[in-house]
Amino acid sequence: MTEQTFPLYGGKAASLQERLGDASPQERKTVGTPFVDDPRMTCREVDVFYGGKQAISKVSIDIGRNQVLAMIGPSGCGKSTFLRCLNRMNDTVGACRVEGEIRLDGINIYDPTVDVVPLRARVGMVFQKPNPFPKSIYDNVAYGPRIHGLTKDKNELDEIVETSLHKAGLWEEVKDRLREPGTGLSGGQQQRLCIARAIAVSPEVILMDEPCSALDPIATAKVEELIAELRTQYSIVIVTHAMQQASRVSQRTAYFHLGDLIEVGPTERIFTNPRHKLTEDYITGRFG
Amino acid sequence: MLYTSLLPIILALAVASFFLGQRRAERVAQAAGGLRQLHSLPSHYGVFVALCCALPGFVVFLVWMACEEHVITAMVASGLPEALRNLPANELSLVINEIKNIAFGGFTAGGGNPAVEAAASSYLDHLHGLRNIVVAVAVVTCLLPGWWALGRIDKDLRARNLVEGMARVVLLGCATVAVLTTVGIVLSVVFEALRFFQSVSPSDFLFGLQWSPQIAMRADQVGSSGAFGAVPVFVGTFLIASIAMAVAIPVGLLSAIYLSEYAAPTLRSWAKPALEILAGIPTVVYGFFAALTVAPAIRDLGAMLGLSVASESALAAGLIMGVMIIPFVSSLSDDVIHAVPQSLRDGSLAMGATRFETIRHVVVPAALPGIVGSILLAISRAVGETMIVVMAAGLSANLSVNPLAAVTTVTVQIVTLLVGDQEFDSPKTLAAFALGLLLFFFTLILNFIALRVVRRYREHYE
Repeated sequence: MTEQTFPLYGGKAASLQERLGDASPQERKTVGTPFVDDPRMTCREVDVFYGGKQAISKVSIDIGRNQVLAMIGPSGCGKSTFLRCLNRMNDTVGACRVEGEIRLDGINIYDPTVDVVPLRARVGMVFQKPNPFPKSIYDNVAYGPRIHGLTKDKNELDEIVETSLHKAGLWEEVKDRLREPGTGLSGGQQQRLCIARAIAVSPEVILMDEPCSALDPIATAKVEELIAELRTQYSIVIVTHAMQQASRVSQRTAYFHLGDLIEVGPTERIFTNPRHKLTEDYITGRFG
Repeated sequence: MLYTSLLPIILALAVASFFLGQRRAERVAQAAGGLRQLHSLPSHYGVFVALCCALPGFVVFLVWMACEEHVITAMVASGLPEALRNLPANELSLVINEIKNIAFGGFTAGGGNPAVEAAASSYLDHLHGLRNIVVAVAVVTCLLPGWWALGRIDKDLRARNLVEGMARVVLLGCATVAVLTTVGIVLSVVFEALRFFQSVSPSDFLFGLQWSPQIAMRADQVGSSGAFGAVPVFVGTFLIASIAMAVAIPVGLLSAIYLSEYAAPTLRSWAKPALEILAGIPTVVYGFFAALTVAPAIRDLGAMLGLSVASESALAAGLIMGVMIIPFVSSLSDDVIHAVPQSLRDGSLAMGATRFETIRHVVVPAALPGIVGSILLAISRAVGETMIVVMAAGLSANLSVNPLAAVTTVTVQIVTLLVGDQEFDSPKTLAAFALGLLLFFFTLILNFIALRVVRRYREHYE
């Protein structure tokens, strides 16, 4: 049993590949409940290729309103890649090709007539490592409203900045130093600043790519608390490596495995009663 | 001659002692029961012995190089006949020069004073004799410490630490040479400038509006009064530098942004070196291009528009200088823009910013310290550039900010003051040092500002 401590590397990786090689297409079909009533976003048969290599195959899933969808899975399983499809951030990667259909409120976001600028204003993103701009705290939050011309005057902008920082739970900590550089904050504060920046343009969906992986436990707890509050207004999709985190913050959980969506379901059910063997192996810590 | 082979001899001794030291360390190790028993690696012992051997001999050589001249001159001078020895100092130095010329078979004034001939041969004798002694001393100062070091090798000798210490001393020595050279240059300029300020008051120099650096040979000479007001010269310098920067900053910065943000990697990989070729063209080529092609073109264009343009205009020189400086701005800026973390770009793009908005609001501000640094470097280069302005900007020190007029620059004036036969006690020549000093101050201040700017913005991203 000692080899289980070396997930995906060394001898264990080979046996994993073998197991998947044996698995029939039937076994790799998504089980559980990938679709919801009245979804915010719908994804159907999404394939992603990097050059000639397929990173994601035939992923179909809905993203519900006012709920958190957690995506879990071993490293390299394609969950971040899939996340980046949802606001077309993969467009910046030259060799990346996306096929299939992703709809936001019924409109296919990969339709040639769709412009990425308003799309990304509606689908915001928070990254793994806090990436505040080299500007003041105020300017960081005001960045989105400014480039999208959301405000008419300074007062309105001040208001947006304040409410965004309030929503991100950062206002009390930074209200006296809005003019100081955002990079001077602690890691956890920086990440909440990035969240404030993302919600300043009032998106409908917020994508989070392992938002706590660079934070200490206390900062993580604060961000998780924040996610729970944000859920009341936004749809949230979060990629995480910490299964505890997924079970704490999400209502639905999706398990990805080597480019396939294996199982989707209510978080509680996934963690207590997984239906797919691979999901069970992963959440019981047999690999991953 | 033995003396010329002193350095190879020292080198050979060092190499030999390295191997001796290494061999000895290995033998000591064997006796003690294996290499692990040694405090350091055998090669450390080798280097230790080699350094102990080579350094003292090398120091002897350097010291002798520094004072050979003085020692031999003093010995020869003391051997001269009474009559020559009691000459005034400047005439005595003439005689000494004559002696050296004869000794080295160079050009002589003739005359054939037998005392001088004799002194010349004694000069050579002294030289050869002393040099042989020096070689002997140097070899002994190599061998003795080398032998001593070899004898000290045992398994507990901390050779690694000793070598590290010596390496530090050697590095410190090299750093000191660089710093001392700078100090030496500054001091020599400062002292000459002080001599200049004895005859021309500093306020006249700094605030005078007239520059015509000549000095009367005779009291009744026409146009005998020189004027040493540096203002027109500096105004010309900054005019041309501003024109150059007006070309180089936009073109350089925008092409840097294109190369780092838009260009495909393959295009960047050949376009960047191609742009850098601009910096490799000799400035004299730029100079005649400016003087023979661009300046007449500008003059003709001006004539068409009804403007009177001097045939050597600040505009022509400035434009071409700007082209020359483009790679300084573009290449360095491209590097710093490229170094801006991708996460910042992603953050901005994910907010729905367009590519250009991202560049304008995030990438350029993040790269600003480096961009400012590159611009200041380019300005220093523009202010110090000589050849283009000598050929294309003219010599007349007009106090004018009209880019169509002929102006002159600090560097041009320094060149004209110091080219040809000079006497180094007239203000005309010494003015070059004062100009140089002032120019040095300006570039120093620019560098200072650059450092401040860079430090202020550096903390803004990791």
